[in-house]
Parts: sequence; C-alpha cells; structure tokens
Amino acid sequence: MSSDAALLEEIGQDYKYGFHDGEEKYVYKSSKGLTREIVETISKQKNEPAWMLERRLEALDIFNSKPMPEWGSDLSEIDFSDIHYFMKANEGVEKSWDDVPEYIKKTFDRLGIPEAERKFLAGVSAQYDSEVVYHSIREDLEKLGVIFLDMDSGLKEYPEIVQKYFGTIIPSADNKFAALNTAVWSGGSFIVVPAGVKVEIPLQAYFRINAQNMGQFERTLIIAQPGSSVHYIEGCTAPIYASDSLHSAVVELIAEEGSTIRYTTIQNWSNNVFNLVTKRAYAYKNATVEWIDGNLGSKITMKYPAVHLMEEGARGEVLSIAYAGKGQHQDAGAKMVHLAPNTASTVLSKSISRDGGRTSYRGLVKVAPDAHNVKVNVRCDALLLDDKSRSDTYPYMEIDNKDVQVGHEATVSKIGDEQLFYLMSRGLSENDAIAMIVNGFFEPFIKELPMEYAVELNRLIQLEMEGSIG
Amino acid sequence: MSETPLLVIKNLHASVDGKPILRGLDLTVNRGEIHALMGPNGSGKSTLSNVICGHPNYEISEGEIHFLGQNINEMEADERAKLGIFLAFQYPTSIPGVTLANFLLASVKAIRGADNVKLLAFRKELIAQMQELGINQDFAKRYVNEGFSGGEKKRCEILQMAMLKPSLAILDETDSGLDIDALRIVSDGVNRLTTPEMGVLVITHYQRLLNHIKPHKVHVLVHGRIVQSGGPEVALQLEEKGYDELLKAHGLEPAGV
Repeated sequence: MSSDAALLEEIGQDYKYGFHDGEEKYVYKSSKGLTREIVETISKQKNEPAWMLERRLEALDIFNSKPMPEWGSDLSEIDFSDIHYFMKANEGVEKSWDDVPEYIKKTFDRLGIPEAERKFLAGVSAQYDSEVVYHSIREDLEKLGVIFLDMDSGLKEYPEIVQKYFGTIIPSADNKFAALNTAVWSGGSFIVVPAGVKVEIPLQAYFRINAQNMGQFERTLIIAQPGSSVHYIEGCTAPIYASDSLHSAVVELIAEEGSTIRYTTIQNWSNNVFNLVTKRAYAYKNATVEWIDGNLGSKITMKYPAVHLMEEGARGEVLSIAYAGKGQHQDAGAKMVHLAPNTASTVLSKSISRDGGRTSYRGLVKVAPDAHNVKVNVRCDALLLDDKSRSDTYPYMEIDNKDVQVGHEATVSKIGDEQLFYLMSRGLSENDAIAMIVNGFFEPFIKELPMEYAVELNRLIQLEMEGSIG
Repeated sequence: MSETPLLVIKNLHASVDGKPILRGLDLTVNRGEIHALMGPNGSGKSTLSNVICGHPNYEISEGEIHFLGQNINEMEADERAKLGIFLAFQYPTSIPGVTLANFLLASVKAIRGADNVKLLAFRKELIAQMQELGINQDFAKRYVNEGFSGGEKKRCEILQMAMLKPSLAILDETDSGLDIDALRIVSDGVNRLTTPEMGVLVITHYQRLLNHIKPHKVHVLVHGRIVQSGGPEVALQLEEKGYDELLKAHGLEPAGV
C-alpha cells in the first residue's frame, strides 16, 4: 500500500497565481539597490511634504545601521542590492475599473478582484507592485465619512492625520524591516472610520507583486474612532520567478475607545517571496482588535501581529494558520502586551508542515506590573504530515503582575493512520482524506472568514494537496 | 441460479507489526446472507475486518480475498469502499473540524460519483435516515465523532451504512458499549437496511446482538482460524458453554485465567 512518502512524491508544487504579466510598461522603475537618491526620488515622484522625506531619510540611516536579525529564519539570502525598491505601473489611482490599463486589469481579472467587489465588498484597493492602481468605496460609506484611500492619496488629502499617527505605533527604530519600509514605503491603505460608524461588510486591499526582484513596501494605517467598527481584508499573491522578491509591510492600527477592528490576511505568496512584515495595534478602553492571519506560500515569513492593550477593558485576539511546504519556513506568531488592568487576550495558532517544510510559533505575552486582573489564553497546535517536516514553539512570557490568569497549551501531532483509514474506508482517496483532515484542522480559522474566503481557502488547501491543476 | 459469491476468503494469513494474527482463514459470504463471526478476545476478529477493508498496517502474507470474483488483496481502502465494502468500526475515530454532513457528502460523492449526487436530494435523504435512526439533526453540524457517546458513534456508523448502501457490510462489535435501547435501535437499523442483494458480516462477542440480527450462519474464530461453523444454534451453544472448552480443544489458555 502506498505510504505517505510515496503520496507526497506525487504531489507537485502548484501555484495558480504564478503567472506574470510580460508587458512591463512601468511609468517609473528605480534601478536596483537602495541609496539616498532612490529614497529622494520616491518622495519626489510622490510630491510629498518635506517632513515625510525627512522621515524616510532618517529611517534609511536606521536601516543601514541595524544588523540583520539573527533569530527566527535564515535571512542571509536576501540581497538588498538586487532589489528594485520602487516601480510605478500607472500614473495615479483610477476610480473606475475601465480606466485601469488593460494589462493590469487582466491580471486582477484573473485574480477575481472586480468580481469579488461586485459581490460582497464595501470597498476595494488594488496595488500592483509599488502603487495602488485602482480604488473604490461604496457611496453610502463615503457619505458616512468613512475614509478608505491608498496611503499615498491619504497623505495628500489628510496630511495632518497622517503626520499625527504615522510611525507612532511602529517607529522606524522598531526593527530593521520597519526602518526599511519607512524609508521606501509606497502604497498600502489609509482608513479612518468616524465615531459610531459600523462598516458592516469588509473593505479589501489586494496586493500583487508583478515584477521580478521586486520589493513591495506597502504602509497601512487604520484608525477606528470611538464606538466604530471595521473589517479589513488583505490578499497577496506574486508570480513565480527564479529569483527572490521582498515584501516588507508595516501595518499600524489604532482602535479608540469601544471600537472594533478586525484585520484579516490571506497571504498566498509564491515560494520566492521573503515576507517580513510588522503589524501592531493599540487598543484603547474597551476596544477590540482581532488579527485573523492566514499564512500560505512565501519562502520565508516572519510575522508576529501584536496588540498593545493600552487601557482597561481592551481585548486582543490573534487567530492564525500557517502552512509550510517544501523549502518554506513560516515563522509566525503573536505578541500581546498588557499595559492596563482588566484586559484580555487570546491567541490560537494552527500550523501544518509537509514535505520538509518548517513552521514555528513565536509568541510574546507581556503583562506590565500594574496590569492586574489580566486574562491570557495561548494555544498552538501543530500538525506534521510526514517525518521530514518540522515544527517548533517559542513562547515567551514576561509577566510582572501576580493577579493574572495565563493559559498556555501547545500540541504537536502527526496525521493519524486511523483517521486516514477511516476516511478512505468511506471511499475518499488518500489525498482527499488528507485534505479533509487538514481542512478540519484549520476549521477554527476558516469559520472566522467571510464565506467567499472560506470557500477559496478550502480550495487552496485542496490544491496544495493535489498539486495538479493549472 | 448460481451467482458469484460476494466475498470469498481463502487460506488467509495476515499479520500486524510482524505478528501473525490470521492463520489460514476461509470464509464465503453470498448475497442475501447474514453471517456472524464470534470468538474470544485476541482471536483475530477485528484484524479480519481491517484486512478485508484494506487497512495499510495489516499485511497479507498468504491467501486471497475475492470480492465479486475479483482479487482485492492489493487494493487501497478507498477502492474497496467503491466496490461496495463497508465497515462499521468498533472504535470510530474522530475527525476534528469536519462536520458529519460534509464528511457524508464527500463519502457519498466518492462512492456514487460526484455527478450522481444532487445536494437537495442528498440533504433530504440524510435527514430521513437520521430520523430513522433517532439521530438529532444537529449532529449533521457536529464534527465527526467528536464528543459523541459510545451509542452515538455506533448510530452514526449505521447512518453511514445507510447513506453508502454497501453490498457487504461488516459490523465490528457494533453492540459493544450499547445499552438495550441503543442496541435495539442499531439492530433495527441494520435489519431495515439489509436487502436480499447484500451480505452482512456481524462480528460480535455475545449472543445478545444475534437476538436482534438473525444470522444464517455462525462461525467461531479461535487463534486466527475458523474452528466451527453452523447455524444460529452455534451461537446459543457458545452462550451457554463459553469459549473455554473451544480454547482448550485448540491447546490455548482459557481467557481470564
């Protein structure tokens, strides 16, 4: 009978978003490498205020002075001099789909973006390499005062808000890649939800890397004013190239009193993308921040969405899945920093490794000395599909208050022979049986997604298991 | 009219982890027949059901299993299921995160072919079968066997049998862990589902299940071989005398000594 090993050999690498658009009609394309001149050019191209250029240049110095992180994944293969830091495909952001250049439209059509917008989204942003090429928001939300722009437009139209908050949650000096992003950022989303406004259906941004050796550095800032709520979804894909691309985003969330932000990521990068992202939220009094983080694809991902629970009654949640196949390392996790009493956080991390892939859970729970009556619950489950794959857990706890309830549970299991036999005895092929077990394992994550995404994710998992359809 | 028997097992030797369990077993089940297989603990009853269904951990070292005239020794479990072999497990495993409804839909599609399954008809059929077996409809949304009681698991096994409509149903100690009421519901279910085209192999320790599911033939398995076959009276004799005498006659220590 065929063993798991034989089965796994049959499973090819499949990635249906691996196409690239050959036309390469860039309005502007920086030469490879990162210099002061390139940073100045980006700022000039964007017609930015002087203070932003200063922030960029200051961040560039920080980036150059900081060593590469020596923990987590092996990043030694990243060659910063072999990357294009800025590529502009189109002049300006189109509000009508018809005005988007044909070849870009084709790409997003293949990714199903306009269709999704028609069906179930309140607003859409589509970023192609460095800049957002299409943007729309439903009129009723605009009338309620909801701001949903690409970050470049946000800076132009609301410079005072951007200046007030930009880099306050994640300063340039936070880490090398936050500094890099600050120096060369381009695109991303800028969202402000006015007090009391509930955005019932999701806003979505779609990030597409198209060019080879591309660096994508989007910058997102979301502010939920008191009593408001918003659900933001981002999706990411890239073509398959022989050389690597770099995606290094910075996402800052501010959840003011009594507001709720849910930030959902369905990352599905091709396996030649280094994905090094800093995501952090400040949750104020009675506010809730939820990171729903799906990590498929990429060569290496290092990402630890964080919630700082700033004031009483704040809640933080991270619900993440990671899938690592051949040659992939998903180093993902969560950070919960309790700075106020009566705050609560939950982390549920589920990971699957297959075909020599590696997943790591790396998490930090910090409770400040005066943060009493804090509740923390962390759970990490890892499922290994074969003997050559790997999973590790690195939970860090810094708890400086005695009045804290902390629950931590970690499990690692191998896919069970009995489960496989049970499903196969009901007619399911071995691949379908594995896919069903994997889907079930991810179910706590999948059920948090809007239905369309849940269906899509189930399908992606199925594809990862089968690896045949083009 | 003579027709191809459903199941023919010839001189079957099988082992698990290199340890021989079945040592030359012969068994034939025809359509329309209900066979009971009895035997003490460790005699190889569950091994036989696993081997017939293609469990990858069991190795056939000698002998043949034919289903509808076809040698199935080398077939994967899913291929055997598609031929019409069904096993109601003694200890059904749980599949966290997978609802019973989704699991059954995938199975029914696999067995009948995806094009032959219409969602609405499937749902109607599922609800009807659940009602027949006294299973609350909420179970369709629960994860397969997760947190189910022993009786609920067994009922769900019979529900699967009802939906998959096998030609050969093997019930592996389906009576274990059931109280009298659950036993009646489960065996009524099996009786209702058993058609003249089907064969049933009931594996059990005790006579009591055979009061509800009436076998045509009863076999006694000892130390990996069938040592006695006959009509329903064999089960009654066993109930009266126990297995000790049989074990001794085959040079084995009686259970519990």
